[in-house]
Amino acid sequence: MTNPERGRSLLRFAAPQNFYPLAGRLAPWFAASAVVLTAVGLWLGFFVAPTDATQGQVYRVIFIHVPAAWMSMFIYLVMAFWSAVGLVMNTRLSFVMSQALAPTGAMFCFVALWTGALWGKPTWGAYWVWDARLTSQLLLLFLYFGFIALTRAIEDPRRADRAGAIIALVGAVNVPIIYFSVQWWNTLHQGASVSLTKAPSMATTMLTGMLVMALASWAYTLAVVLWRVRPMILERERHTEWVGAELERAAKLSQTAGGRA
Amino acid sequence: MLSTFLAVLRRDLLLAWRGRADVLVTLAFFIIVVCLFPFGVGAEPNQLRAIAPGVLWVAALLACLLSLHRLFAQDYSDGTLEQLLLSSEPAALWVMAKVLAFWLSTGLPVVAVAPAMGLLLDLEQGGLPVLILSLLLGTPILALLGGVGAALTLGLRGGGMLLALLVLPLFVPVLIFGAGAVEAELSGSGAAAHLLLLGGGLAGALALAPVACAAALRISTD
Repeated sequence: MTNPERGRSLLRFAAPQNFYPLAGRLAPWFAASAVVLTAVGLWLGFFVAPTDATQGQVYRVIFIHVPAAWMSMFIYLVMAFWSAVGLVMNTRLSFVMSQALAPTGAMFCFVALWTGALWGKPTWGAYWVWDARLTSQLLLLFLYFGFIALTRAIEDPRRADRAGAIIALVGAVNVPIIYFSVQWWNTLHQGASVSLTKAPSMATTMLTGMLVMALASWAYTLAVVLWRVRPMILERERHTEWVGAELERAAKLSQTAGGRA
Repeated sequence: MLSTFLAVLRRDLLLAWRGRADVLVTLAFFIIVVCLFPFGVGAEPNQLRAIAPGVLWVAALLACLLSLHRLFAQDYSDGTLEQLLLSSEPAALWVMAKVLAFWLSTGLPVVAVAPAMGLLLDLEQGGLPVLILSLLLGTPILALLGGVGAALTLGLRGGGMLLALLVLPLFVPVLIFGAGAVEAELSGSGAAAHLLLLGGGLAGALALAPVACAAALRISTD
């Protein structure tokens, strides 16, 4: 309140009308940095990082596995955050953001499980064990599926937004409960015969490679979400004047491009 | 406030009593699911004894899930829900009354027959009190959490499957601690920790779920 100018300038992008062009401008930059970071991260991971003393080459799946697992958990939190913002502030863009995030989160969740299975077979001798981390990751995937299914099943976008926000928040409250209950369940059933904890000392190149890959997933997520948000905004705001003007402009642009070709 | 609570509770219990068949179907479902397991995994008593707590809990959970859609569906279709939402009484209050009536009419009968089903699976008799206690503490949590899912999927096509997808991951901790309590008691390590956690979960669900459920109902009837 003390500085209305500044507050307005920051909140200006809460309006779909202002966010749409911003998303369009930012997305290519994030996409480009995602490509560069992935290339650097994979190069570090596959060519620079040393071979693991106990696991050999197989451990290199870590460079995809761990960033994906991090990202899948983080995206759910961000989704819950936007849902809460949407419910409290009644900003429609927040709901669009949380719905645009969900498929990417589910994708990362699936990638983490899939690469984990591929890693588990040579090191543990099984594609799947009911380890606490694996199980809570699987349940997180189900939470993503539930959110996506619910928001897609409701035709009225206003109801879909709010219903999805509630289930995202209920899920976010439950995620820690699920995590700790699964951990306890696991320790009751079987000893720590299988554990994901790695050796404490990790070569710096390994760590760097992993962090670069994590940054790459961040950039990828931002790019994909911004791209996904744009058509969602257009669809929801299709009755407004600015969308009409925007579509006309885009049509003209493609026409001239077609004419030149 | 209490009079509203009691009035809604009385009404829902009366409706459940008039439609006894529905309640009996839930109970029959529970019994049949439990009886399927020996056919599936073999009638070896040692094996049945080992899986009995888990089987009973999973069956109770499925029975709850299958009856959840009834929680609000009738009131939604005949307009009662809208009238209740329009009333000046806090929505969380009568939501709580409805969930309590739902649990009394579907959860409690399941808890009552569970010991008999436990004997069918050769569950040791020492575990029966803990089984009853864990179900008494755990099934209300299922009803409260499920109520949120039922409110969100109100009137949707394919709502039943969607409801299962939404609430089953949330039911996992209850299942872990419920079945775990019986197993811990039988293995001699004592069920106190599990039961206390279930109690804590029930207290948390009682505080949070009715509010979330009321908000979900407002969204669904908007």
